[in-house]
Amino acid sequence: MLNYSLTQLGAAMRAKKISSIELTKSYLDRISKLNPQLNAFITLNPEVSLAQARAADARLAAGNAEPLTGIPIAQKDIFCAKGWLTTCGSKMLHNFVSPYDAHVISQFNNAGAVNLGKTNMDEFAMGSSNETSHYGPVKNPWDTARVPGGSSGGTAAAVAARLCAAATGTDTGGSIRQPAALCGISGLKPTYGVVSRYGMIAFASSLDQAGPMGRNAEDLALLLNTMAGFDERDSTSLQRDKEDYTRDLNKPLNGLRIGLPKEFFAEGMGADVAKAIDAAIAEYKKLGATVVDISLPNSRLSVPVYYVLAPAEASSNLSRFDGVRYGYRAPEYGDLADMYEKSRAQGFGAEVKRRIMIGTYVLSHGYYDAYYLQAQKIRRLIAQDFTEAYKQCDVIMGPTSPSTAFKLGEKGDDPVQMYLSDIYTIAVNLAGLPGMSIPCGFGANDMPVGLQIIGNYFDEARMLNVAHQYQLATDWHSRAPQGL
Amino acid sequence: MILYCARFDKALSPFMSLSLADVEKVARLARLAMNDEELKAAQSQLNNIFGLIAEMQAVDTKGIVPMSHAQDVAQRLREDKVTETNQREAFQAIAPQVEMGLYLVPQVIE
Repeated sequence: MLNYSLTQLGAAMRAKKISSIELTKSYLDRISKLNPQLNAFITLNPEVSLAQARAADARLAAGNAEPLTGIPIAQKDIFCAKGWLTTCGSKMLHNFVSPYDAHVISQFNNAGAVNLGKTNMDEFAMGSSNETSHYGPVKNPWDTARVPGGSSGGTAAAVAARLCAAATGTDTGGSIRQPAALCGISGLKPTYGVVSRYGMIAFASSLDQAGPMGRNAEDLALLLNTMAGFDERDSTSLQRDKEDYTRDLNKPLNGLRIGLPKEFFAEGMGADVAKAIDAAIAEYKKLGATVVDISLPNSRLSVPVYYVLAPAEASSNLSRFDGVRYGYRAPEYGDLADMYEKSRAQGFGAEVKRRIMIGTYVLSHGYYDAYYLQAQKIRRLIAQDFTEAYKQCDVIMGPTSPSTAFKLGEKGDDPVQMYLSDIYTIAVNLAGLPGMSIPCGFGANDMPVGLQIIGNYFDEARMLNVAHQYQLATDWHSRAPQGL
Repeated sequence: MILYCARFDKALSPFMSLSLADVEKVARLARLAMNDEELKAAQSQLNNIFGLIAEMQAVDTKGIVPMSHAQDVAQRLREDKVTETNQREAFQAIAPQVEMGLYLVPQVIE
């Protein structure tokens, strides 16, 4: 049953082959056995999870279950969940028991899903390897000497190791897609504004977007049905009609035009990754798709633009952590300024402090135009490249990450090297487009490779169709790490 | 035109390296206590990162409107009415230090 899709699990529960209580217990057992090796979860709350499972069983028995009722889902520890410790991977929030639910959490609660636990992540979602978490790094289930990617690395490892049926992530510069690629699972970052950010701890508000992570595209569609929708409590949430993201899953791909950006296939991509991506494109041609060469000339500027905009917004968002109303306060201090400075110095880790400092500098007097405004202008040029490209193609494909999972500690001392590992994912956030990653093979050291599928605005249903058809024709998504 | 060039030179100056004094000032503005060793480490890392960012300066963005939201939507307005309920006890239960419903901080006014 560990390899069942969400649809199969729902059917099994409705047919009374298994109860939500039994399913939840089996995942909790598996977590207690494997989490010491993987460190994928920060917080478990078995009593709460089992109470939710009991309520779900009652709902199943009453015949008013929804597709996700009774399904154990892990939540990235960036989502505030009432009564749950919500740390965002930081010492700053080591004692923060949230007094309210994020919109995403309420949506899952309303659907009758079970909150299985809170997954580990890079501190405040700032990282690409999960090594910046205050709660220790997550290990990649395919090779525990390697990183799972970041920042949603706990979620990716938990899904890959079958510690949950599915899970949530957030993506500011690639934090859903890159860990999905490195752990051999599927993940989708929706169009900016489709999923409410209410109660999702803010990193860079103009880029942050929540999305589902799971074992296949069909599961992602079901999860997105629950997560998406207008919420007036998020001022950037978009007012749109509710969609059924499963509606196009079974459409054939005849005539699909796939754009291949020449910039993504240039130097920088590992030969092992290139081989897997080329094979995936060949498979799509067999499925009836055609290939178009496109160019995204400004995408090379994504990393510099991102490392101005994201830290600038982060430095502003993280100013709320001052040791006064919640979270960490230094044990000893003098005056008020000293209390702020010591609480923040002790509560934040090195990468978070680094980004706060970059952001503070680029927003400081005299530098705003040269950095922040210039970056926002180039952001538009990057977005316009995509708009041009979509005149010639329906989806864009390329690698998710330039390499497969690297070793723990390998990029630890060089922030710039780490930043460059997000080179293919960042442009999508800057443009506000939807992007996903699906498993498409294995590279060096038998580590998974992810294929990135980038869609036009609000084209999630088509992307899920494109991914699902590939997953019907291949079995990369159903491979599981051995030896666990 | 000459005036424009002069201004442009000045605008380029932030792309030069950060001095230790710059880093100290940024740490103070960001309310982060740092010792000399930490400041020095931050200086070299920040300069590497700004080296990466410097690529932006050569891009011609004349006439380009800055982008903050992909759909270019305007900020949504709402009616001016109370929507939140009073949850003082729940919120203060997680505060570092409170007394009689007030958040306690070191004395600010002498």
